[in-house]
Amino acid sequence: MATLTINNVRKQYGNVEILKGIDLSLTDGEFLVLLGPSGCGKSTLLNMIAGLETISAGEIRIDQRVINGVHPKDRDIAMVFQSYALYPNMTVARNIGFSLEMRGQSKADRDSAVQRVAKLLQIEHLLDRKPAQLSGGQRQRVAMGRALVRDPKVFLFDEPLSNLDAKLRVDMRTEIKKLHQRLGTTVVYVTHDQIEAMTLASRIAIMKEGIVQQFAPPQEVYERPANMYVASFIGSPTMNFIRGTLAAEGDRLGVGLRSDGGPTRFLPLHEAPAQADRWLGQEVILGIRPEAITCYDPTVAAGNPALVKVGCPVNVLEPTGADTITYIQLCGQEVVARIKPSDRMVEGENADFMIDMSRANLFDPKSEQRI
Amino acid sequence: MSSLTSALPPAEGMGPRVARWGLYLILLLFAAYYLLPLVVMVSTSFKSLDEIRTGSLLSLPRDISTDAWTYAWTRACIGADCRGMAPYFMNSLVIVVPAVIISTLFGALNGYALTKWRFRGANVIFAMILFGSFLPSQVMLLPMAQTLGFLGLAGSAAGLILVHVVYGLAFTTLFFRNYYVSIPDDLVKAATIDGAGFFQIFTKIMVPLSLPIMVVTIIWQFTQIWNDFLFGASFAAGGAQPVTVALNNLVNTTTGVKQYNVDMAAAMIAGLPTLVVYALAGKYFIRGLTAGSVKG
Repeated sequence: MATLTINNVRKQYGNVEILKGIDLSLTDGEFLVLLGPSGCGKSTLLNMIAGLETISAGEIRIDQRVINGVHPKDRDIAMVFQSYALYPNMTVARNIGFSLEMRGQSKADRDSAVQRVAKLLQIEHLLDRKPAQLSGGQRQRVAMGRALVRDPKVFLFDEPLSNLDAKLRVDMRTEIKKLHQRLGTTVVYVTHDQIEAMTLASRIAIMKEGIVQQFAPPQEVYERPANMYVASFIGSPTMNFIRGTLAAEGDRLGVGLRSDGGPTRFLPLHEAPAQADRWLGQEVILGIRPEAITCYDPTVAAGNPALVKVGCPVNVLEPTGADTITYIQLCGQEVVARIKPSDRMVEGENADFMIDMSRANLFDPKSEQRI
Repeated sequence: MSSLTSALPPAEGMGPRVARWGLYLILLLFAAYYLLPLVVMVSTSFKSLDEIRTGSLLSLPRDISTDAWTYAWTRACIGADCRGMAPYFMNSLVIVVPAVIISTLFGALNGYALTKWRFRGANVIFAMILFGSFLPSQVMLLPMAQTLGFLGLAGSAAGLILVHVVYGLAFTTLFFRNYYVSIPDDLVKAATIDGAGFFQIFTKIMVPLSLPIMVVTIIWQFTQIWNDFLFGASFAAGGAQPVTVALNNLVNTTTGVKQYNVDMAAAMIAGLPTLVVYALAGKYFIRGLTAGSVKG
């Protein structure tokens, strides 16, 4: 258990800058997920924490100790690799105990440590097998066992679930979460899967092109994304971006949507954005999650002033079982709504929807930053 | 394979059948073409001199006699030295075994360093090493003679071992480098975090994974060094000569009646070890050449 501080860390390969000044700070026992598309630098950052890549500038601290020049084996970290990286020539037991073997621990100590971890991960019956004789899920467990056995200060996970099939991935995800709750060790976890990030993280750092776009708890990242990139990266289907103008109607601020030839539709905002005066009359982008647009229900709408009723033609229905993803036409722009299957809408006909404006986000169309 | 073809409908008419037999005939002819020299050698080595003089080249021996083999092994004259092939056979072993082991180990170490510890200029160095495998061995004769003289190893077995190690390194490095490229880098990263150093990763992880390519390299190096004539003839003094040079001297220096049976037996003795090595480890050779990757 430890704190981890990443201070203005940069990485350069020749003239190419991969990481452009990363600042992150973790308290004891936090679960940090580095989320981003491939090539955003998240794995490079993880390798730098592990000591497998040099740090071009800045510093990384574990428990206030600067580890820039410390050898990987002396950083008190353990890593789980995407490919598991189990040693094919060794049994499961020796794989797990290898780091203790390298540290000169006695055979008896090693055996008891291996037994303890094997019991924790329920792989006691596999200890005599070679990695080639294991299934994907079992290999994954052994890889975690190898990381657990040393009881390190920080766990590093490099896309540990991406080689598993869909069902197993969900199971192992839960298992990692349980394990973290039990052990309380500080974790840094790299993934490009937004669901993994949302479910596991205590805080998510979303990265793009070597820059942290937002560093916040999952729910905040989801509800109040720092910019349009973050907003579109998390959530499926992605957030609707609706072009409009910030306008005032009476004493209420809202977003005016102009449709071709038709009247302007005014969507009143639930709360005024910062610097509302500066943006009045300017173009803005209204970001609304699909689940904030639902089928109009008069009783619900009456009790919540944030709900705004709109009538729109329904273009396409995509039933997923639990919800029906609905593509509607709102003032000439295609918008995705998430409705209940019981709402029974018909493609090509008009229907009434309500938009929960308390969950609306406003973005600057030029900088794509949150207003 | 057989179940696959037998499931197909039989070919109709005479045409395909004739073609098939024609194919077998050609294959048999080629097999005979390659086997005949060996058959003649073996059968001649078991004949007596009288039988060789009277019988035909291709006939099998009437009375099988191993006299020529024992004579070639213990008493045949190589130059002025009439102790047979045995001491020279031992010379070859003394040269080949260390040369194979050393060149294989260094090749493995080179391949490991070039793939898993990629330093600046690793590719240039590999290209230069690779260049060595295209150098004709004759090019090395003069510089090598100077080097051996400088080191005081001229004419000794140790000198020949050095020559073969240096010449073989280009090949062994190439083999191991290409094999290690397919071993995932993550293994080395994981071992580094686990606390293993350069040589611990090599001995505890890389070497145990190298069995197929190690067999390929050993067979290759053993065959190359055992069959070498040029370096042996150039750098080994009389008593230290390898078996190939001894065979040449035996065949060329006999006076009087040409003892073909002894020549053939000596040639068989000189050629047997490589055949034995291939027979014992051949299946690994094919496997090692075709299979390469180790899944992590």
